Amino acid sequence: MSALWLAVVFWLAAWALNVWLAGSRVSKSGPGRALVPLIFGVTVLVLWEGIVRGLGVEGVILPAPSVIAAKIAVEMPTLWQDFVQTILKGAIPGFLIGAGAAFLTAVAIDRSPFLQRGLLPVGNFVAALPIVGLAPILVMWFGFDWQSKAAVVVVMVFFPMLVNIVAGLQASERMQRDLMATWGASYLQTLVKLRLPAAMPFIFNGLKIASTLALIGAIVAEFFGSPVYGMGFRISTEVGRLGLDMVWATIAVAALAGSAFYGLITLIERGVTFWHPSQRH
Amino acid sequence: MVSQGRPVIEAKGVNLVFQTADGPVQALKDVNLTISQGDFVSFIGPSGCGKTTFLRAIAALEHPTGGTLTVNGMSPDEARRKRAYGYVFQAAGLYPWRTIAGNIRLPLEIMGFSRAEQDERTDRVLELVELKGFGKKFPWQLSGGMQQRASIARALAFDADILLMDEPFGALDEIVRDRLNEELLKLWARTGKTIGFVTHSIPEAVYLSTKIVVMSPRPGRITDVIDSPLPKQRPLDIRDSREFIEIAHRVREGLRAGHHDE
Ligand SMILES: Nc1ncnc2c1ncn2[C@@H]1O[C@H](COP(=O)(O)OP(=O)(O)OP(=O)(O)O)[C@@H](O)[C@H]1O
Ligand SMILES: [Mg+2]
Repeated sequence: MSALWLAVVFWLAAWALNVWLAGSRVSKSGPGRALVPLIFGVTVLVLWEGIVRGLGVEGVILPAPSVIAAKIAVEMPTLWQDFVQTILKGAIPGFLIGAGAAFLTAVAIDRSPFLQRGLLPVGNFVAALPIVGLAPILVMWFGFDWQSKAAVVVVMVFFPMLVNIVAGLQASERMQRDLMATWGASYLQTLVKLRLPAAMPFIFNGLKIASTLALIGAIVAEFFGSPVYGMGFRISTEVGRLGLDMVWATIAVAALAGSAFYGLITLIERGVTFWHPSQRH
Repeated sequence: MVSQGRPVIEAKGVNLVFQTADGPVQALKDVNLTISQGDFVSFIGPSGCGKTTFLRAIAALEHPTGGTLTVNGMSPDEARRKRAYGYVFQAAGLYPWRTIAGNIRLPLEIMGFSRAEQDERTDRVLELVELKGFGKKFPWQLSGGMQQRASIARALAFDADILLMDEPFGALDEIVRDRLNEELLKLWARTGKTIGFVTHSIPEAVYLSTKIVVMSPRPGRITDVIDSPLPKQRPLDIRDSREFIEIAHRVREGLRAGHHDE
């Protein structure tokens, strides 16, 4: 029980510290701003550890963070192999291909109202297909290895990206387009110098949504057939063997990878759309 | 004293009807006007009388639904493709992702000027509108008046023969406005550009123009065209002269008559 009380005391202390930090001048500086969420994260871990130990929660229900960390350290080579298979070979190529294809399609749609009427409904239809129905089919088509996972990701990423880019290409103001017209700008010049920059906030919105979808798609697709490694494979087999510590270790890797991916996109976004009111500080 | 160059803009019986959800709106009705090379023409009239619409039609941003409108003997569309226009809109319309200098350089990039010439022209027009030293700022870091001056600089950078300005100084304070009016006259005298200029200010119209076009609304039409007898050289204090006051009076009468028609 004492572990539980220790955790609660730590929690209260960290809370008080955070309240003080948020009001003080430390939190205005760059590293200071990172401090508050950091303390918060550590508090969650400590509370978790304390509750699991203090109440003697079964490892199958919820392993303690220290157990998960130990598992990660021991199983590093396996986790790394899974990571390479699922994230580097499945999610990221699928994400890039899907986003790239959506971009080209959006430009084609933009040029032709005919395509706009024809392609958007098809995209809508594909987006409405549930992944559990789609994944087995794509595994049949593209085999057990990463190619089928990338294909699932492509399909999942494509439509949200398409909708965002099409909307983004409409985002420039009439006066900005009129100016281009008075200068006698060509379609391509208007696209590159006006409409694409104006579309960037939308495109990055789409990329952020797509990054989450890519991760989910790559992992879930492995439930429907994969080689004997990969994060989705690991989760489904370890659940079957009640190796919950390994499941949690894999989830931790997935969460880290997802956050890093999302963070990277946000960072690039800040550089590209610095001019947008939402990014100005 | 009317400058009589060759006709640049010729409108004959121009009609323009917008189809809107509440039915057709006649923005221009039977507009006849000839603007010659080197004219400085002001359009004045109450809100909604079609000043902006007429300027946009000249620049091929709107298309007349009746009558003929030619620019240098061509259709406005052709003239636009030949890059005949510098257009200053009612709002600055700068691109927020480009610096002030980058905005001014944009039409030059599009028209294929060399890098060196882009830099040289950008510097020159920045100086002209007194924004030297602000080239590296972004539009949202400048006041509204400074943004508007930047948009004027952008329209001047590529030296189009026809300058169309839609209330370019509306957002500026009196002093800056006076100075820019003077600068604009100097530029006009030096370059011999043809200028179409929309304003709500009677003194501004009289001070700047060789020709003042008075318009009235519903439907938008021309009620009076006044050829100014003022000399081409115009110090600011010409505004106190008798001739100036007489023209201003005639413009005011024209505007009032337009109102009585309603
Ligand atoms: N795109 C459009 N669609 C429909 N109606 C329009 C459009 N543009 C202008 N109009 C209408 O045409 C008329 C003339 O408008 P315009 O903008 O030319 O007036 P203006 O003289 O420039 O007025 P202001 O001094 O307020 O700028 C108005 O009745 C306006 O509502
Ligand atoms: Mg107007």
